[in-house]
Amino acid sequence: MAETEKREREEGQGSADDVRILAFLCNWCSYAGADLAGVSRLQYPPNVLDVRVMCTGTISPYFVVKAFQEGMDGVLIAGCHIGDCHYLKGNYMTAKRFQVLREALRFLGLEEGRLRLEWVSAAEGEKYAEVVRSFTEQVKALGPSPLRRKPVGWGGKTGEEG
Amino acid sequence: MKDHGLNFSEGDAAPGSVGSNPGGDSPPLGSVMVVGGGVGGIQASLELSGLGYRVYLVESSPSIGGVMGMLDKTFPTNECSMCILSPKMVEVASDLNIEVLTLADVLSVEGMPGNMRVRLRLRPRYVDVGKCTGCGDCTAKCPVKIPDPYNAGLSTTRCIRVPFPQAVPGAAVIEGSVCRYLTRGKCGNCVKVCQAGAVNFEDREREEELRVGMVIAAPGYRPFDASRKTEYGYGIYPNVVTSLEFERILGANGPTQGHVIRPSDGREVKKLAFVQCVGSRDVTMDHGYCSSVCCMYATKQALIAKEHLPSIEPTIFFIDLRAYGKDFEKYYTGAQSRHGVRYVRGLVSGIRERQRTRNLLLRYLDEGGRMREEEFDLVVLSIGLEAPCGLAEGLGLEVNEYGFARSDPFLPVLSSRPGVLVCGAAQEPKDIPDTVTQATAAAGVASLELHPARGTLLTRREHPPEKDVRGEEPRVGAIICRCGSNIGGFVDVPAVVEYARTLPGVVFAEERLYACSQDAQEWIRQVVEEHRLNRLVVASCTPRTHQPLFRETLRSAGINKYLFEMANIREHCSWVHMQEPEKATRKAKYLVKMAVEKAKRLEPLAEGESEVIPRALVIGGGVAGMNAALQLAGSGFPVYLVEKEAELGGLARNVHFDYRGEDVQAYLRELVEKVKREELITVFTGHRVVDVSGFVGQFRSLVRDGEGRETLLEHGAVIVATGGERYRPSEYLYGEDERVVTQWDLEAGLAARDSRLRGLRRVVMIQCVGSRDEERPYCSKVCCTEAVKNALALKELNPRVDVYVLYRDVRTYGFREDLYRKAREAGVVFLRFDDRVRPRVTRSGKALRVAVPEAGLGEEVTLDVDLVVLSVGIVANPDNAELAPMLKVPRNAEGFFLEAHMKLRPVDFATDGVFVCGLAHAPKSIEESVAQAAAAAARAESVLCREKIITEGVVAVVEEEKCSGCGICVGLCPFEAVTLDRERRKASVNPSLCKGCGTCTAACTAGASRLQGFRADQICEQIEAAASAWEG
Repeated sequence: MAETEKREREEGQGSADDVRILAFLCNWCSYAGADLAGVSRLQYPPNVLDVRVMCTGTISPYFVVKAFQEGMDGVLIAGCHIGDCHYLKGNYMTAKRFQVLREALRFLGLEEGRLRLEWVSAAEGEKYAEVVRSFTEQVKALGPSPLRRKPVGWGGKTGEEG
Repeated sequence: MKDHGLNFSEGDAAPGSVGSNPGGDSPPLGSVMVVGGGVGGIQASLELSGLGYRVYLVESSPSIGGVMGMLDKTFPTNECSMCILSPKMVEVASDLNIEVLTLADVLSVEGMPGNMRVRLRLRPRYVDVGKCTGCGDCTAKCPVKIPDPYNAGLSTTRCIRVPFPQAVPGAAVIEGSVCRYLTRGKCGNCVKVCQAGAVNFEDREREEELRVGMVIAAPGYRPFDASRKTEYGYGIYPNVVTSLEFERILGANGPTQGHVIRPSDGREVKKLAFVQCVGSRDVTMDHGYCSSVCCMYATKQALIAKEHLPSIEPTIFFIDLRAYGKDFEKYYTGAQSRHGVRYVRGLVSGIRERQRTRNLLLRYLDEGGRMREEEFDLVVLSIGLEAPCGLAEGLGLEVNEYGFARSDPFLPVLSSRPGVLVCGAAQEPKDIPDTVTQATAAAGVASLELHPARGTLLTRREHPPEKDVRGEEPRVGAIICRCGSNIGGFVDVPAVVEYARTLPGVVFAEERLYACSQDAQEWIRQVVEEHRLNRLVVASCTPRTHQPLFRETLRSAGINKYLFEMANIREHCSWVHMQEPEKATRKAKYLVKMAVEKAKRLEPLAEGESEVIPRALVIGGGVAGMNAALQLAGSGFPVYLVEKEAELGGLARNVHFDYRGEDVQAYLRELVEKVKREELITVFTGHRVVDVSGFVGQFRSLVRDGEGRETLLEHGAVIVATGGERYRPSEYLYGEDERVVTQWDLEAGLAARDSRLRGLRRVVMIQCVGSRDEERPYCSKVCCTEAVKNALALKELNPRVDVYVLYRDVRTYGFREDLYRKAREAGVVFLRFDDRVRPRVTRSGKALRVAVPEAGLGEEVTLDVDLVVLSVGIVANPDNAELAPMLKVPRNAEGFFLEAHMKLRPVDFATDGVFVCGLAHAPKSIEESVAQAAAAAARAESVLCREKIITEGVVAVVEEEKCSGCGICVGLCPFEAVTLDRERRKASVNPSLCKGCGTCTAACTAGASRLQGFRADQICEQIEAAASAWEG
């Protein structure tokens, strides 16, 4: 394992490709939308690791701050469209909390563009793929998070195609 | 209704009628025999078991699974066929109340509903199913090669083998006719190597008689024998294959592992042709009907072939492209515009082979009447569906001219014979969702007869006691699934396994070809015990479909089912990073690490129980709603039927006769009468549903009448049957000139014998008005049949009238094709127009003129007409927008309700206890709405017939010591599940009301409120795992 692992690590880090994004997906809409993107074989960048939650309403601001503290370059929150929440109004809470989170982000010294909230329904596989594509580009343009534990210089490669 | 001597024709057409047991004296038997183990039979069996009946599932081959088990993918989602079927097969195998009888044929059926006798012939398997572990040692030593039926004969297997990896039962079978020992008394290798002692050469054919309450026939279909079409050279030219063979070629578990190569020389295919309607719409083959599925499966195969081999150039030769089902049109247009599938309208008259290259020269007549020729590497014949054997002989059913089971025109699961129901392709060629719908409907209709005996023959499952693993160090087992090549083709699975082994806490990691197969479940149980695992991680597909299966397996190994976590390395990884295998592998590893870290923090959870209110709410009093209500009432459950209009009947009030000449108004009158007579149905006409709260088993709904009076209803299940509307046209001078009418206007005139219709000289019908356009990119399914039906009616009234139908594709699927042929024979003229250039209707003076750029000839045809009839499409009920959030169910972009799963859960919503049927789901015909209503009622019944509902363990809890009693959580809960004890200043959560959203937990400043299974510490572990994986 060691060999390939090491090689992958070297290839992955250091390059502008190595954008690290954590996505919180609600079980009923966005996780299902991501499933649909898979079923439809829509291709998108492999830079997103997802955490399934039952509802975006369960996403405490703490989780998001934690993700950035741990060195994530971007955090995506995706839930049901307003009015479609499986739990009626969990996504309203998320929408409200999102405003607070933005403030918190600024407080951490991070750009607002590192955090995104999107509504993706179970039928929107295409939208999910597009959100991942554009958010990856957006975060890539911002460069690696200053909070990374082992910061790697992207040497002015911001905005460059990966 | 016409009298054709069927059991339901004695004045009773609605399903409510079969409940009256004519024999009457003895109580019915609480068991059902399902004949046929394809997806229809599997669905019917599972449904019946859920409704409280014992099931005998009889299959003629050695394994259940049917044709769906052989398919690579399914349309229109390109979902892996085996991946969605296999969990159902495993469920059948593990259901104590379903007995699977393979290699069995029905010899005769006798008796009356409630008490049937079935004689079966059980052919020898020569392997003891109870002893065989499916290890395959015997196959390795068997000297006799045979063509592998699972691969449609494209590869060989051995005389003794497990039919396919996911087979149920997962035991070997010996082909007795070619076995060396059985034919010549030599060999016996398999006996020698079988450690389990499962081989039994003494097995003999025997007959058995079983007594059951009802029989459901689901024998499926036979594929058309392509060699009968001699002009296509099938069986002579190696590079002409059938669609079923091509499906196996595309299959990752098929003879070529999914490589699209030619049988003659193994060369990659570049030019690929599909020939449609082989054995369909072909009277010379006695197959005058349309097989309903071939246009879509050819589209699917073309797409999948392109996915496997992007350089491939697929061409589909067709007559009419029949993409009439839900979301089919988008699939078809996408294949054309985005994926470069070429569609050529033309009749293929013959195929010749070039001797040297073995390429094929395809001769076809194009639309303009010119003969053309084109060369291809591989030709796929899209073979039709033929009636199955045994309908008339064994089951004693009446069949139609094509050999399919004759059935009730309105409730198609009623066969000609009392006590025997029919579903699936044996009734009429149909796709998987329609088959699943009918199978579910058949189970519900069987229950009408048998419900007095519900539960009398059931065996209950007993799990081993749950081991207490609290306080133990986590011992995680990680199973990484290859999913054939779905994951294994893009992710380096062995590397992921190696990686998993390095993770702290993981004491076992291994890969499987299909982690969901039945033998894998047994293997997982063993692994859990052997390695004393107390946490399980499966890295495979989405937990939304497969988590229940693995949880059940874990529980059967004595471990609490909540100690399970899934990593979705298929939908969220291999399928979306197909071009980047290295990065996909890396991501798969990280996802596994996240799952493992969360698993380590999981704790056993307890499930709760809640009561069921055994009543249903049906929203919508049209044909679908009334049928659903009647069926539930017939099985003994009270129903509230809410209709917003003053009258019951819905859209069907505008339909006078159907394509077989059945009197729809008579049917409707009878249906309304029955609903009014039924004591268990309370009808609320002129009412709307204004609020719904609660959950499966315990809903509370508020209905309001026009004067604002409200009634509160309590019920355990909801059926959404809100129907649809007809598109209101503004085009083609509709509303400006009274000679421009809709099909409904015409039909009303025909029904009223309007004398003006007799005097018409020339009528033009325009199809796809409000369908298949940018705003409504779907086919309304019913308008082609409606036009053909009304065109014929006009011709009958006055044979000299000229009727022109301007169409894009004539989508008269199934037996409706007969009517289309009849219309052409009667002189109705069909002119095709292209969607880019629609016909124009103009007035000049008194004359009404239609100009149509005829697409085939490429010339504009101008007609002066007396009447223009617009075939307007079906649109979603606008009320759906209000209802959807109340019920917490989704709609699609067109406003129709979105079911839980397009293929296998066509009447369910993801929200438990809420079901959908009729036009609320998608455009469909009356008999399809009725079948769907029966299916939705059966699904609702499976909720209502339970004594208790087990509630999820994923609920919020409050840790009292930490709770400060601030009460923020109370106001946030949308379900009023959280209450505050003001004296003690502590919050608490009612687990029956809690839906597990976790909104309260995110707001708790004290960290006292937590969502079980999604606790903050568990999610933080995932976040840390993700970060540290990346850090390396």
